[in-house]
Amino acid sequence: MDTINITIDNKNFQVPKGSSILDAAKSVGINIPTLCYMHLHDLNTTHKPTGCRICVVEVEGRKNLVPACATECLPGMVIKNQTVRVLNSRKTVLELILSDHPADCLTCPKNGDCDLQSMAQKMGIRHLHYQGEQSTYIKDRSPAIKRDMDKCIGCRRCLTMCNEVQTVGALSAINRGFMSVMAPPFQMNLEDSVCTYCGQCVAVCPTAALTEIDHTAKVIRLLADPTKTVVVQTAPAVRAALGEEFGYAPGTLVTGKMTAALKDLGFDYVFDTDFAADLTIMEEGTELLDRLTRHLNGDPTVKLPLLTSCCPGWVNFFEHQFPDMKDIPSTARSPQQMFGAIAKTYFAEKINVKREDMIVVSVMPCLAKKYECNRDEFKTDGNPDVDYVLSTRELARLIKQASIDFDSLDPAEFDHPMGESSGASVIFGTTGGVIEAAVRTAYEVFTKKKLHKVDFEQLRGMEWIRESTVDFDGTPIKIGIAHGLGNARKLLQDIRDGKSHYHAIEIMACPGGCIGGGGQPLHHGDSNILLARQKALYSEDKSKVIRKSHENPSIIKLYDEFLGKPMSVKAHHLLHTHYFDKSNHVEITKE
Amino acid sequence: MSPKFKKSILVCNGSSCLQASKVNLIAEFQAKLKEYNLDNEIQVVQSVCFNKCTLGPNIIIQPENVEYSTVTKEDIDDIIIIHLLNNKIVERLVYNQVYENSGSTKKQYRIALRNCGFINPEVIDDYIEKDGYAALAKCLTEFTPQEVTQQIIKSGLRGRGGGGFPTGVKWDITSKSVADQKYVVCNADEGDPGAFMDRSVLEGDPHSIIEAMAICGYCIGADKGIVYIRAEYPLAIKRLKIALDQAKEYGLLGEKLFGTNFNFEIDIKYGAGAFVCGEETALIHSMEGLRGEPTLKPPFPSVSGYLEKPTNVNNVETFANIPAIINKGADWFASIGTEKSKGTKVFALAGKINNVGLIEVPMGTTLREVIYDIGGGIRDGKKFKAVQTGGPSGGCLTEKHLDLPIDFDSLSAAGSMMGSGGMIVMDEDDCMVSMARFYLEFTVEESCGKCAPCRIGNKRLHEMLTKLCDDKGTLEDLDLLRNLSNVVKDTSLCGLGQTSPNPILSTMQNFYDEYHAHVVDHKCPSGQCKSFMRYYISEQNCIGCVVCARNCPVNAISGEKKQLHVIDQEICIKCGICMDKCKFDAITLN
Repeated sequence: MDTINITIDNKNFQVPKGSSILDAAKSVGINIPTLCYMHLHDLNTTHKPTGCRICVVEVEGRKNLVPACATECLPGMVIKNQTVRVLNSRKTVLELILSDHPADCLTCPKNGDCDLQSMAQKMGIRHLHYQGEQSTYIKDRSPAIKRDMDKCIGCRRCLTMCNEVQTVGALSAINRGFMSVMAPPFQMNLEDSVCTYCGQCVAVCPTAALTEIDHTAKVIRLLADPTKTVVVQTAPAVRAALGEEFGYAPGTLVTGKMTAALKDLGFDYVFDTDFAADLTIMEEGTELLDRLTRHLNGDPTVKLPLLTSCCPGWVNFFEHQFPDMKDIPSTARSPQQMFGAIAKTYFAEKINVKREDMIVVSVMPCLAKKYECNRDEFKTDGNPDVDYVLSTRELARLIKQASIDFDSLDPAEFDHPMGESSGASVIFGTTGGVIEAAVRTAYEVFTKKKLHKVDFEQLRGMEWIRESTVDFDGTPIKIGIAHGLGNARKLLQDIRDGKSHYHAIEIMACPGGCIGGGGQPLHHGDSNILLARQKALYSEDKSKVIRKSHENPSIIKLYDEFLGKPMSVKAHHLLHTHYFDKSNHVEITKE
Repeated sequence: MSPKFKKSILVCNGSSCLQASKVNLIAEFQAKLKEYNLDNEIQVVQSVCFNKCTLGPNIIIQPENVEYSTVTKEDIDDIIIIHLLNNKIVERLVYNQVYENSGSTKKQYRIALRNCGFINPEVIDDYIEKDGYAALAKCLTEFTPQEVTQQIIKSGLRGRGGGGFPTGVKWDITSKSVADQKYVVCNADEGDPGAFMDRSVLEGDPHSIIEAMAICGYCIGADKGIVYIRAEYPLAIKRLKIALDQAKEYGLLGEKLFGTNFNFEIDIKYGAGAFVCGEETALIHSMEGLRGEPTLKPPFPSVSGYLEKPTNVNNVETFANIPAIINKGADWFASIGTEKSKGTKVFALAGKINNVGLIEVPMGTTLREVIYDIGGGIRDGKKFKAVQTGGPSGGCLTEKHLDLPIDFDSLSAAGSMMGSGGMIVMDEDDCMVSMARFYLEFTVEESCGKCAPCRIGNKRLHEMLTKLCDDKGTLEDLDLLRNLSNVVKDTSLCGLGQTSPNPILSTMQNFYDEYHAHVVDHKCPSGQCKSFMRYYISEQNCIGCVVCARNCPVNAISGEKKQLHVIDQEICIKCGICMDKCKFDAITLN
């Protein structure tokens, strides 16, 4: 690697050629503070709009201070990071940002988890010398995301996620100057926009400008209601991240403690979404094999590739942006909704509880799930299959509010029958996991042979778009994987243009899959956290005795007792869905 | 003048003259000429500013260059009968017997405005007659692109949009960028309040811009030019379009120009009038259909600009100089001006001065010459106080700077800047604090909002200045004001925020006593800030008639009938109605 010599605060350093002042300084142990800057290394995403001006440094020969994040080091550059001019500028700019920000930290949802708050603390702000009018905006509540733009500091990370990573285009900067703000076009509500509720904007927002709709209070009230049987399901990715909220290292699996905490909170039945993930594989896998067999038999009407459909952000995305292709994705509902449908029928019958007396709560790494559970097609006589969705962060808050000492909890087991799962279902939480789980089952069903090596390493990783061919005993099955909606768009475009050669494609809306979901503990720009969570899920898979969905005894029993066989009429009714064209539902009306 | 016509009537199309004329003078002239059957011999031309805005509407009759002022519809018959038909001067209207020899023009030197007002901008032959397109022909047929670029470098021409970057060097850098497509962009997004230099060139001499852009395209290796012009300039757009059509028709735009292999075409893109879009990266984003916001440089547009292709952005006035440099030579151009600033500069002279309007002077002309010799001194015999150069983000210069030769470097050194050429003169009645506040109001409005110091800092600066003007400031505020001004200047992303505190810093530098008076003495020395006014009722004169109390819109005056009345200063809004209504001179203003 080529290096160059630079000077920072009178010390000489050799740094890689082409590196920014920020990276160069970091490589030699000098941390320059940043606020708007974000670098998700493993996701190949860098955001440096140079808007906050907190990272400014002095460079000899330059008239003005320069942003360290976006200024490239040149040979012989003399950089000053510790002068009065630099420190005063940073502090003054931070004071300016704080002067246009509500000072309600004590009651703010991001209290203790806010980048602006930590920056103020780090810089020792004790008094705002500059105060004046604050910019205020109408608050916007969608089914999943709350926008309180009074708290927006204009870092524009949300724009990078929404427009560049996800290519959704729901948010952009509108208005000018002091009243400029990140909003959907024409200041329409998020609900009326093309927003998919993937929540990636929330995941990167440094303040409480973008937060999840909080359902903890509602859940607490239901837990205290003796007439209600409250059932909870927890998604695979939650167990790999919840620990972070209690000081555990990223990637620590806290499945047992989480289950114990949920029981302590008063949930009547603590189940696992993994159970429903196994069920999803049965349905989706069968659908894949059905389409595949027909395709191989020369049926020209069959739609391929089959697209996975367990990610609600992704479903929203194609309903808005690719409605012409809405018959390509699998009709299988997401695990969350399969769980709700089975819980309120099969399980409710089993324990003799009326549908209206059963409450199903989900704990999800996802914000789109909050919207999904509210969709009309997942309701029976107005009663939703899943009543409330808590994000991983909300569950952590619930546990803290209940004064449960998470650290000292003894691990507990999931309840039966909907707590039993295979290793295949655990990896649903990471990119590549759903398709690997599907392959494990589809292989055995298709070839009628035993699969000896269940680990499909070639399907794993963090590359945005991956592809692999799996040999189904002489039949090559071509598989594509994309995470991040921007990458999904590329694959969809290929399908639309007739250039796609895949048989099946797994798509997850969030970078990294559910482990990087909009409801997860905040990564604060550290993408290593996502890698650690991913590793944790694969290790849980490995530790399971049963690693294929169709071998899950509770699933076998469910089909025996209740559903019949995959894609039966009953299964269709309870476990499958249909999609809508939402492309034209954005209307602009004159007030 | 097109040979078809014997005479031309140039009617000023500057905003002042347009406002001053109650009717459409051009249409009136045309109608009358028709009546007198002269419409085939005499043409009426919509022209540019003659730098006599206060005397408008102004017209010039060519070829004799007689200048008439305050021309109304009723004067048209006299002008036709006395002047046009009988070749005599209409004495009561004449301002100058011969325009070019007048006092206000003798210190001027026109390069950029050389043709403005003297040719019919809608007739390409008029331009060609004035050596139009000769420079392009010369470049294409006699020189290599490098040779032309070297001439521009040698001429010492610097960007007239405000930055002052050497134009030839910019062309050279862009020419060295390797790409399959490059662009020449003409920045016609003139945004300084009161400035209309670029508009005048485009309205008065559009072909000079087309010619210059083609020369630039030849030098940098671009076959595509784009004029980014604000949509608020309909006449400039119309004339530019006419000019483009004519140039195409004459084969001066299009393919294989002058028999060479050089192709060039020009498109027009419209701006929505955001000040920040004058900044070249913001301008490029706006052209791309994105939000008009700047991005960090480097990369400079010369490396990655419009559609990420190498792009050379020059201002209208910069381009207007190019054909003249080619025609008359780099040495000629370099002989005009100062050591590091060559040629001339067009200014929009405004404010408390007798001759307001557009002027073009050689670099190195002093402020005194501009204000007194060309501008005709301060209006109403008042005392000169300050001159703001460089538009809303320039600085205020004072008496002691009057003999400063105007060029890029001297203005910067004095704490102001050349900018795009705004020049506003202030007299003793102007309060420097409220002047600074006025400019900040503009920058607050025009900030794009991308970077925090400009978005919030300018807002806070404006609020602090308002506080000072409202008699609520403290000495500590002055320190804070200075600190924040320096930080905004030092940390902002683009030129807008990097210069917006200039009016504050320069007035604090040169008129600190006024700031001091606002916060310590609680006085506005020039008497402009209303909050410092106090209306009092004199004990001697008040007879207790209650008229003042009855007319006060905010009930600030109390007092019984036939008793002395008193004004509650807390409530008083200083409207002065009490003073107007009092018949006994009992109300005094302090």
